Amino acid sequence: MSANVSATLYLISGVLFILALRGLSSPETSRQGNLFGIIGMIIAITVTFLSVGNFTSGFIYVLIFLAIGGTIGAFIAYKIPMTAMPELVAGFHSLVGLAAVFVAISAFINPEAFNLGTPGNIKLASLIEMAIGAAVGAITFSGSVIAFLKLQGIMSGAPITFKGQHALNALILISIVILTFYLCSTQSSNLFWILIAVSFLIGFLIIIPIGGADMPVVISMLNSYSGWAAAGIGFTLENTALIITGALVGSSGAILSYIMCKGMNRSFFNVILGGFGATTGTTGDKNKEQRPVKSGNADDAAFLMKNASSVIIVPGYGMAVAQAQHALREMVDTLKKSGIKVSYAIHPVAGRMPGHMNVLLAEANVPYDEVFELEEINNNFANADVAFVIGANDVTNPVAKTDPQSPIYGMPVLDVEKCKSVLFVKRSLSPGYAGIDNDLFYRENTLMLFADAKKMTEDITKNL
Amino acid sequence: MEIDPFIFRFSIFILSIFIGYYVVWSVTPSLHTPLMSVTNAISSVIIVGAIIAALSGNEDVIFSSSSIYGFLAIILAAVNIFGGFLVTQRMLAMYKKKKKDK
Repeated sequence: MSANVSATLYLISGVLFILALRGLSSPETSRQGNLFGIIGMIIAITVTFLSVGNFTSGFIYVLIFLAIGGTIGAFIAYKIPMTAMPELVAGFHSLVGLAAVFVAISAFINPEAFNLGTPGNIKLASLIEMAIGAAVGAITFSGSVIAFLKLQGIMSGAPITFKGQHALNALILISIVILTFYLCSTQSSNLFWILIAVSFLIGFLIIIPIGGADMPVVISMLNSYSGWAAAGIGFTLENTALIITGALVGSSGAILSYIMCKGMNRSFFNVILGGFGATTGTTGDKNKEQRPVKSGNADDAAFLMKNASSVIIVPGYGMAVAQAQHALREMVDTLKKSGIKVSYAIHPVAGRMPGHMNVLLAEANVPYDEVFELEEINNNFANADVAFVIGANDVTNPVAKTDPQSPIYGMPVLDVEKCKSVLFVKRSLSPGYAGIDNDLFYRENTLMLFADAKKMTEDITKNL
Repeated sequence: MEIDPFIFRFSIFILSIFIGYYVVWSVTPSLHTPLMSVTNAISSVIIVGAIIAALSGNEDVIFSSSSIYGFLAIILAAVNIFGGFLVTQRMLAMYKKKKKDK
């Protein structure tokens, strides 16, 4: 296949990838968008086969390896529970990162196959691109592995900090730049291996100080990195499909990180520097008096909801942990049968990844037009009778609006306290991720329901 | 003076960032999780490089020191392509509108 034809086809697959993302602007067009993405991928792979034109026994092995990977991927995709989606995405990011590293290594060892020159005499521009692709890929890999371990609970979600952490990280980042510079002037393979090793290390060090509830930002950031790594390799291979995709994914991840940071009213650097939740929480402890809390049982909650005309549900990460989404939907169905209006309010950073709550509710067959974002629904709390907070905490804390001393001051929160009554499902009075007391617990109109989210929801349904 | 082809690729790159910027802002927040899984799948188009690397050996040496990395990358990327697209499809199939007859 001529180079011009294959370049044009790669461009087409790049355009199809753009359309795949475009489709996600609404749930109706999204499935078609996904199909465009699949077609784009098939075109890219087919064109590569045709342009290499090497249909020898090596080709058979390529197909075998493709089938092995594909089977594993398909198996995971069908088996994975929706609550594990953040872990899955983190795991997938690590694979993209590692694949980028492997391609870069292969290109470094055998540049002739990629038309980049000869070993020890690789074109300067290609070498820089290769080094960037490999370094960013390695950072994506080790960073995603840590994120995966934290989300999976294998590693504690608590931030791991030590003295001189930021200085060390800065030093390593500078050394990566210096290594790249020397790699380009000497073409030494030892430097290339060191560069990759150091990049693995920094990916690891960047993510360990970031706490569990900041994972939405981390996952989005790693999403962005995996894109930049792909783009770097795309420049090396002079492949438009890869360059376009890398840029798309890179900017997509960057925007998601931005949205997540805004949802917490924190700067990106504040999140990345880490340690949040480990050092704060001292302000509330000093004058901690035992304030009275009203607590109730499923019967009380059922009574309140039965007499309401509109109910707003506020789900959070706790709902995912307790796998309470199906029980919740059943409760809502019972409410709707009695003519009660129910809607769902989702905070941008609820859960462990962007859109986490929406997917869980969709899984439980909640129609997406009953689910609203913070800005859409926040004014409705004042007119609602009952707010049912299930597994959320910091995102409902009115302190964010009133106390400039609070670490979450200025963070957009759901105006849950404006409801006539608030039902707050929680295991105990322990503070949330930000390490501060939730003022909502002590309000006159709040009724605490101390129980596991799933069990409580089921009990309420029985009492309705 | 002739323009270096790199500049053309760089132009595509920069323009694609802008396309990405506007396209992603138009994605509805409720679909942010599928957005992440589909971007995951499409960034695995890096398999193109993996295939070139894997087929770089000759008939006698299929698994050379460089092609072996290509084969490994093919497995990783294939997991991602199939896993990413299928899990996205599975998620998107769950997003349903309220039924009118209800």
